[in-house]
Amino acid sequence: MTTAAETTAGAVRPVSRSVRLRRSPMGRVLTKVPFWILILVIAVYALFPFYWALRSAITPDTELFSTPLKYFPSHPTWAHFHDALSSSFFRRALLNSTIVAGSVTLISLAIGAVAAYALGRFRFRGKSFVLYLMLSMTIFPQIAILGALYTMFSGFHIVGPIHFPKLYDTPWALVFSYLIFTLPFTIWVLTSFMRALPGDLEEAAYVDGATPLQVFWKVLLPLIAPGLVTTGLLAFIAAWNEYLYAVSFIQSPSHYTVPVAIVSFSGTSGNAFQFPWGTVMAATIVVTLPLIVATLVLQRRILAGLTAGAVKG
Amino acid sequence: MSTVATPAPVPRKRRRRTKLQRRQTRLGWLLLVPALAVVACVAIYPLGKTVYQSFTNQEFLAGLTPTKWVGLDNYRTLWHDTIFRDTVVLTIKFTAITVSFEFVLGLIVALVVNSSFKGRGVMRAVMLVPWAIPTVVAAKMWQWMLDDHTYGVINDLGVRTHILSHPHAWLAQASTQLASVSAVDIWKTTPFVALLLLAGLQVIPNDLYEAASVDGASKLQQFWRITLPLLRPAILVTLIFRTLDALRVFDVFQVFFGYRLNAQTMAVYTQSTTVNDGHVGYGAAMSVAIFLIISLFVVIYVTFMRVTEE
Repeated sequence: MTTAAETTAGAVRPVSRSVRLRRSPMGRVLTKVPFWILILVIAVYALFPFYWALRSAITPDTELFSTPLKYFPSHPTWAHFHDALSSSFFRRALLNSTIVAGSVTLISLAIGAVAAYALGRFRFRGKSFVLYLMLSMTIFPQIAILGALYTMFSGFHIVGPIHFPKLYDTPWALVFSYLIFTLPFTIWVLTSFMRALPGDLEEAAYVDGATPLQVFWKVLLPLIAPGLVTTGLLAFIAAWNEYLYAVSFIQSPSHYTVPVAIVSFSGTSGNAFQFPWGTVMAATIVVTLPLIVATLVLQRRILAGLTAGAVKG
Repeated sequence: MSTVATPAPVPRKRRRRTKLQRRQTRLGWLLLVPALAVVACVAIYPLGKTVYQSFTNQEFLAGLTPTKWVGLDNYRTLWHDTIFRDTVVLTIKFTAITVSFEFVLGLIVALVVNSSFKGRGVMRAVMLVPWAIPTVVAAKMWQWMLDDHTYGVINDLGVRTHILSHPHAWLAQASTQLASVSAVDIWKTTPFVALLLLAGLQVIPNDLYEAASVDGASKLQQFWRITLPLLRPAILVTLIFRTLDALRVFDVFQVFFGYRLNAQTMAVYTQSTTVNDGHVGYGAAMSVAIFLIISLFVVIYVTFMRVTEE
């Protein structure tokens, strides 16, 4: 960028037409128009699918499957929401997903915070090896270990004295296997939070005679609480959205998680001739709403967490 | 990549390892025990197990055929498996399409959101939403919008604006399958790409642009000479993450096409072979193949990064 310094030298250039246009009050508005159109296009593109899902969820079936299409429902109804939420199948799925994603998040945070303490605040040999191991795990393709997990969960898997319990078709199979993507990610992000803390408080605590574990529990953990919330939410979303393992390791509908339930909605309501799109759209809204609220509330933190996880490789 | 997080260089003193250091090492490893134990159980052991299984003829219903070592048989079969070959081609096509669209669109969005205007905060929040929802939900929403009958809004909009002469069966026609799936992925992931690029844009100091415009550099020149070169680390990281993600795509394809032939990705075919058909040994060979293909892409990216950095 040396060109900047070389050619400044106070050269007075004739003011170009575009500059003159930009300086006039009318021109200032006019040059902004394409920019605002672009913003509008982006917003419509991002939001239209959501609008369409919402519109379909509140449009009664008679209107939903008739032409010409109505872009605004003339008789909005909650019937589809009622259908979706009153099916015990879908309510079970919401409960299952909450249990699975909640347990995975708590386990990852507990183990991850302890590991991040070691990786972020200690100096010792082999530390960077562990960090790289965790980083390589975050890009690990889940499909690569599908077969092994499948046989491990079957209940017939014995290694030496260890007989693996039959986890197949239980939520625990998912809790176990989801740790593969939540834990390394949690460790990686929490380590960057731990590293960013200033050293003084820790030193003061040591001077006062605190043990390393007391320092961790009483000084550092409260300080990275925002980081825990962010990381926890990201882990929760990842587990809530997972589909490959859920569709592979779960067989009975009463153990379905939300993504699997949404895909297999067809049979439970509606009639044989028409796929219950209204109910499915209502279900997608129900599933999506908490995630949207959580993301909007915590958006700043999520951005910080995501960029810490991805860009600071 | 390391440029972002490298700490200031500290002059290193060569010292005897003190008692404190020894204690730190011991406690450090002790604290890592639970994490390493879990990683060993959920990742490293299963990975080793998969590699082992790929050399056996293991079936899930083991009673039918006793498992035995078959050497490279699975890999030989895989090499001649035309279905698998098709899935590799399809997956790579999907990756090329989605990653390039997401990159170009994401860069445009990032540049727009990076300039200051009213409602920028709202815009940035809105952008996170598609990323946060489950892929399965996004796929269902689009499947309904792409409905083949006249009830699909995309057909309706297309016919009304005369872009389409007649409604298409987007998901049933072989010619539009890939485009439909890509549309969902591009819609869902572009905002995320934009956010990653935005993080890179925000660390570019503003004075550079001011100095350049004082010199009379046009916006386009500023973009090519300042923005793109300085954004390169962020671009490369984003591309790597997206490529790896796209290569293991499963959700959208499985929701749209189930296990339809000619519309399967590597991951879908592997999953159906392993779980639905129970050919654990053969599926393991596919898993290893996918792992190698993905690793190949990582190596390509990393060497490319090294070369261009010099």
